[in-house]
Amino acid sequence: MMRNAILAACVAALTAVASTASFAAEAVKIPNQEWTFDGLFGTFDRGALQRGFQVYNNVCAACHSLRLVAYRNLQEIGFSEDQVKEIAAAKETTDGPNDAGEMFQRPARPSDKFVSPFPNDNAARAANNGAFPPDLSLMVKARKGGVDYLHALMTGYKEPPPGVTVPEGMSYNAYFPGHAIAMPPPLSEGGVEYADKTKATVDQMSRDVSTFLAWAAEPEMEARKRLGVKVLLFLLILTGMLYAVKRKVWKDVKH
Amino acid sequence: MSAPEFKNPVIRWIDYRLPVFSFMHHELNEYPTPRNLSYWWNFGSLAGIVLVVMIATGIVLAMHYTPHTAFAFESVERIMRDVNYGWLIRYLHMNGASAFFIVVFIHIFRGLYYGSYKSPRELLWIIGVVILLTMMATAFLGYVLPWGQMSFWGATVITNLFSAIPLIGEPIVTWLWGGFSVDNPTLNRFFSLHYLLPFVLVGVVIVHLMALHQHGSGNPVGIDTKGPQDSIPFHPYYTVKDMFGTGVFFLVYLWFVFYAPNFFGEPDNYIEANPLQTPPHIVPEWYFLPFYAILRAFTDDYPVYSWFLSWLMSAKLAGVIAMFGSILVLFFLPWLDRSPVRSARFRPLYRQFFWLLLIDCFVLGWVGANPAEGHFIWIGQVATTYYFAHFLVIVPLLGIFEKPRPLPTSIGEPVLKGGGGSTASAAARPMEKA
Amino acid sequence: MASSADTTAPGGREDGETRRDFLYLATAAFGAVGVGAAVWPLIDQMNPAADTLAASTTEVNLEPIQPGQRVTITWRGKPVFIARRTPQQIEAARQVQMGQLIDPQPDAERVKEGKEEWLVVVGVCTHLGCIPLGQKSGEQLGDYKGWFCPCHGSHYDTSGRIRRGPAPLNLEVPEYTFLTDTQIRIG
Repeated sequence: MMRNAILAACVAALTAVASTASFAAEAVKIPNQEWTFDGLFGTFDRGALQRGFQVYNNVCAACHSLRLVAYRNLQEIGFSEDQVKEIAAAKETTDGPNDAGEMFQRPARPSDKFVSPFPNDNAARAANNGAFPPDLSLMVKARKGGVDYLHALMTGYKEPPPGVTVPEGMSYNAYFPGHAIAMPPPLSEGGVEYADKTKATVDQMSRDVSTFLAWAAEPEMEARKRLGVKVLLFLLILTGMLYAVKRKVWKDVKH
Repeated sequence: MSAPEFKNPVIRWIDYRLPVFSFMHHELNEYPTPRNLSYWWNFGSLAGIVLVVMIATGIVLAMHYTPHTAFAFESVERIMRDVNYGWLIRYLHMNGASAFFIVVFIHIFRGLYYGSYKSPRELLWIIGVVILLTMMATAFLGYVLPWGQMSFWGATVITNLFSAIPLIGEPIVTWLWGGFSVDNPTLNRFFSLHYLLPFVLVGVVIVHLMALHQHGSGNPVGIDTKGPQDSIPFHPYYTVKDMFGTGVFFLVYLWFVFYAPNFFGEPDNYIEANPLQTPPHIVPEWYFLPFYAILRAFTDDYPVYSWFLSWLMSAKLAGVIAMFGSILVLFFLPWLDRSPVRSARFRPLYRQFFWLLLIDCFVLGWVGANPAEGHFIWIGQVATTYYFAHFLVIVPLLGIFEKPRPLPTSIGEPVLKGGGGSTASAAARPMEKA
Repeated sequence: MASSADTTAPGGREDGETRRDFLYLATAAFGAVGVGAAVWPLIDQMNPAADTLAASTTEVNLEPIQPGQRVTITWRGKPVFIARRTPQQIEAARQVQMGQLIDPQPDAERVKEGKEEWLVVVGVCTHLGCIPLGQKSGEQLGDYKGWFCPCHGSHYDTSGRIRRGPAPLNLEVPEYTFLTDTQIRIG
């Protein structure tokens, strides 16, 4: 009975794997990357986060919003309160109405969410040939392959293979489903001058901004993993004790 | 042990006026339970515990959620990012749904294997199927609430199914939607109903437990308890065993919550609902996949279907009927299975078909996860046919033709003789009254 | 979160034996800790969330405010009156004897040292919560030239103290600090 149950569990696992595998048949295999935040004890590299923010701010923010993150959240990745105020104040956001009934612009505050580059979706499309640059706050969780996929995407721009043509205005990308992506290659060698003087190769910038976006999508990750270790360890001990209690209570019962 | 004299005067005072303590003592401390229950019997109490977790986390989530299309998605993200421990409570609720279905599916398959649905437990089983249906409705409603792409499109696909009902289908769908498509009125009412159904579920679970306590638990050998030598009091033996089982369950469940919280989910649901853009693959949550496969097995163009049914109804309607039918058929199982032997331990043929059914369910789930194209279509149709064949053809036939193994004389006998195992010492007795 | 172990420590000894096995006790205690830890997030989630806390301080630039001018800002969902007092208003506030006050408090206690021209008070009447008049030009100031609450006729002076009427307490001075000479943070 037990053996059959284990067999059943294997079949279940196999079908789970098989269903993910069959989807992968249409998409290209995404290379597996190592990230500092992988695993039970992973943490975000603060340097990578801050560099990644720089990449987002200088490159991506021109088209992509990050509307679920607030400027004050940047304190969690190592920026000081004053730095955060400065970063926020560099952007203007709409407020109002004032006493005259008008909406007005004012510098953003730390409590504000990241200011979007466009006032609404239609404006975003109009500025991008009808293509809509999606919000990036949850991008790492919203794509199969997560952060590995994002990194592969940003480093996956290349010449189309012979015989493959890409529609006007699009670019060929090895990892984007369908291979024709409306976003032109966002990263170029030396495109950002890092504050910590790291060499800004495409690979470096891609890793940094991927790390930043992984944090943006899951800011609770470090706390979650830390608490998880404590909870599971506690439970392991408690379950062990409960097993001992069970054995003791059942000791003299024939069953 | 008869009614206890409580030592504490406060307890005596309360109990005299409202016998909660006597009730608990009778139903927990004294309640005779077969001594030979295996760990497969833990899953009922586990289901109850998951229900409590879901209600507790759900009520708390409802303090922060906004059921309006303009704010729903953002309110969930606010819970994840700003509410104290919001991420934990949300992930507990999200993974709790999956845990609930895993536990209940195992509980159901335990019932299928050990004949828990047979007399005198037919009604217990039927109430259980009602619980399953209520759970499925609750889960469907709940998945819409975050208002992601899958929330919206899953709701659109499933509510559209009702249009297959002849004559009144379209008005029913409009009535469900409160409009002409899934939109804010739909979301709002789904929230109300999602809050309501779990409490209906609690009521049904209480009735389920009442039915259980009438005749007590089944057991792995499938033979009635004959007397005190076959039973042990529920407390402390099974309370303690259930607690241990709960510990193991939480270890697995919380592993997912803390380290793989999105394993059971769909990335597309982290994209806000867009009525103008359909995702490339609409997939329901994993626990609906087998039913989804059955639904899609009926295609207008496929000869198998059109030979039999196309003159009577559309493929869409046939699919809907089959999908609900796959659960309805469970209601009739006590009468489809005529075998007087309860436990598959003594039914060598039935046992093989049980495993085949289990595999068939996994195959159906795998088919449901994939697009309805190519080989998935005929595999889904074969698996669907086999599912119904199991209940409507194989099981009834087995009841008539199967030669069961000899049953032991009692539960206590193999155990108390020190032998464990199922071989009988006496001649095979005609089955226990089943 | 943790096991549902409740504290009914099982022990099959109903025959009056009072010694509890260490294992049962230890397990029950462990279980109780687990239950407590599991319940805490369910309670803590009702405490103010991070975005609510972020909005709990507000910074105000005082530069544009002229002497004699009053400005209303919102803080924690309530109005806060910021008044740049003229020397006459400050004098009037200082002259008042403690015995004349319903809620005795010297003006010096209600302002920051060296910054006496700035009065910062929560604009909510301490009687039943209406917003007193006096912030906009043309509004009634009441008999003491401070603020006047129209709901039940409370009069406040130029230090925001209650002088006549049903209100029991002076207008609340919130916690605030001068970040620079022209910038304060409230809360």
